[in-house]
Amino acid sequence: MTSTIDRPVRVVSTDAAPSEDVHIAVKDVHRTYPARGGSGAIEALASVTFNLRRSEFFAVVGPSGCGKSSLLDLMAGLGRPSRGTITFEQRRIEGRVPDGVGIVFQEDASFAWLNVYDNIAFGLRRGGFDGAEIGRRVDHALRFMGLVDFAKAYPAQLSGGMRQRVCIARTLVMQPRVIFLDEPFGALDQQTRLLMGDELLRLWRETGASILLITHALDEAAMLADRIGIMSARPGRFIEIIETHWPRERTSEIVAERGFGAITARIWSSLRSESMKSMARR
Amino acid sequence: MSSRQRNLDIVWLALFLLAVWQGLSMLAGSDTLISPIGTMRHLAELLQTERFNADMLETLRAIAAAVPGAILLGVSCGVLLGLHHRSGDVTEPMLVTLYALPKVIFYPIVLLICGLGISARITFGIIHGVFPIILFVMNAIRNIRPVTLRSARAFHLSNAQTISTIVLPAALPGIMTGVRVGTSVTLLGVLIGEMFAAKHGLGFRLMTAIDSHDQASIVAIAVLFSAFALIINAALLALSRRINRDT
Amino acid sequence: MIGRDGVIRAFIVALFVVALELACRFGMISKFTIIPPSQMFASLLDILSSKAELSQIGTSLLNIFVAALLTTIIGFFLGIGVHAVPRLRAALDPLMVSYNALPLFAFYPLFILILGVGSPPIILMGVLLGLPSMMLATMNGLDCLPPVLSKVGSVYHMSPMSQALRLKLPAAAPYLFNGIRLAIAYAFIGVIASEFILSGSGIGFGVGFAYNSFDTRTMYGLILLVVILVAVINTLLHVWDRRLESRRTR
Repeated sequence: MTSTIDRPVRVVSTDAAPSEDVHIAVKDVHRTYPARGGSGAIEALASVTFNLRRSEFFAVVGPSGCGKSSLLDLMAGLGRPSRGTITFEQRRIEGRVPDGVGIVFQEDASFAWLNVYDNIAFGLRRGGFDGAEIGRRVDHALRFMGLVDFAKAYPAQLSGGMRQRVCIARTLVMQPRVIFLDEPFGALDQQTRLLMGDELLRLWRETGASILLITHALDEAAMLADRIGIMSARPGRFIEIIETHWPRERTSEIVAERGFGAITARIWSSLRSESMKSMARR
Repeated sequence: MSSRQRNLDIVWLALFLLAVWQGLSMLAGSDTLISPIGTMRHLAELLQTERFNADMLETLRAIAAAVPGAILLGVSCGVLLGLHHRSGDVTEPMLVTLYALPKVIFYPIVLLICGLGISARITFGIIHGVFPIILFVMNAIRNIRPVTLRSARAFHLSNAQTISTIVLPAALPGIMTGVRVGTSVTLLGVLIGEMFAAKHGLGFRLMTAIDSHDQASIVAIAVLFSAFALIINAALLALSRRINRDT
Repeated sequence: MIGRDGVIRAFIVALFVVALELACRFGMISKFTIIPPSQMFASLLDILSSKAELSQIGTSLLNIFVAALLTTIIGFFLGIGVHAVPRLRAALDPLMVSYNALPLFAFYPLFILILGVGSPPIILMGVLLGLPSMMLATMNGLDCLPPVLSKVGSVYHMSPMSQALRLKLPAAAPYLFNGIRLAIAYAFIGVIASEFILSGSGIGFGVGFAYNSFDTRTMYGLILLVVILVAVINTLLHVWDRRLESRRTR
């Protein structure tokens, strides 16, 4: 694997890519949650502008509570911005999840009452695909995610990591063009996370989808992403976007490369002061 | 939502229900459905008669024996079955079945064994209350985190000490719920027993009123009994909450 | 399917029955008080072969079934309704929590007044007894719905109705199942207790009537019938519950 570790990492703070290359454009987006109960209004995001490019792997890191999940919700159509616009494939998202979007959530979203096979087939069955096509896609997903032996098992009988794999497989079969992942490996141990990272890279290469991953693990972001957006403490805004220039055919073995440490250090130097701000607030 | 507003909501709901009652009574005529005010008036009359007070006392005597009996029996069995997992596992479905059985069908058996005196009614109360208490206590004990019991071993406590200083306090919230539910159904058990097989007591008065279509007395006695049961329930609930707050 | 625990339970029951049988036969228990289990069983067989008795039993069972069904349906929708209005739920809470203290049987004459004699007031009693439990179970189920579920529904572009039927209902199913178990149990208690104290037909009435006529044989036969019915239904529900639970918890 040829690496480009000797090239210094390029840091950009604005995003200027030609529009055909842009899959999702986020322009001057703000998100304020209204006052409720005893607490006042919460400004989660303040003026976020960036573009998710086609087929890129973009990671978002930032201190806890900085608005990363809010950004993901908005980009996926699960909420409306208080200000600003979001366009998906040159069309505005109007508070509705567009077609071709897949989401893997932080919490376990597998359906406890269906076995693995039925979980994965759920979206296909509702989408009116014919039986043969459903069978093909589900079998492929089972093999791809290593779940063939567990097709008849129920989520409760599986470990956390396997349940997340089921959720990823369920997203996979719909052949999404964009995949959002909100801290999908948060609850897993480090080794499992590294292996899941490899699976994610495989998925990315095979589907050619654009991926937006939210993670609190800096090394995970550094290893997986083409670009890493560093978010400030609340109200969230991108303070830096780092390009890694990793080759497309990468695996978790990158962690051994020299450039890897440099990227992680770069992320942390930006993030450290923001994290302290966020911690002082609690 | 503040507790002040919640209490106010409860008062509003109670007043609303009373108003509905009053309205229905006026619609249907007070011979068909007696009004809240009419009920209170009739109840006041009854409470002034010696016979009624004697019946109330009779019911209270039965309750005063049945409730502690149910609690003692229920808690001790519940603790034993809760601590000994195997026994608990085996007996739980049987206890659930016994809980679900209409205890009334055992009344004739109890009468055949105990005769027609107050001991029969006390037994009715106990057989109603003991099963929910056992089930709640058993579950509360089985839900104690194993680490708590392991820590007890580190202190070299005897079995009795472990139960009294660690097991019971740890399971107390669940035990209190069981005691509250068990007490409520014990009260009902005594009342129903008196309805079926007694010549004294509130239940007997109620049955007589039903037989003679004395609607005013029916409602008055039902309201009196409900008030009594609700007050006891509320007191145990407050006690439960107080205990939970301190734990 | 019958595990070791089940065998032990059967053994305990058998032991109890044998002990009772011997105690009765050897005169330790007067036959005016308790009759030997074998005679109870014979009485039950007689009852089951009598047309008149069977129709009474049928009436009771039908009442229980209808009561359980109504409790489940009404309790389910009421539970959803109350859950949607948190203030109402909080205000109702003390009533729901103390509900089992209320002497509902006292209001039986009122039911007759409104519904007439026969099955309806009995069914109403069974329903009123179990309604709060079903409501509470429904509300618990709704409380425990994972928030991520509706997000997943959005991703699949499911309408609210579709989400309710295909996502929320299956997710809440274990709690609803518990509610149904309680609905059935309370329907049994409500119907049979009403028949026993207050009405002129059905299994409950039959027990009281047999007692008052000194017909201990029929009385015990009917009691045995109720015990067996409740035990069988409970066991079936228990087994079904275990099977469902094994799929949904580790």
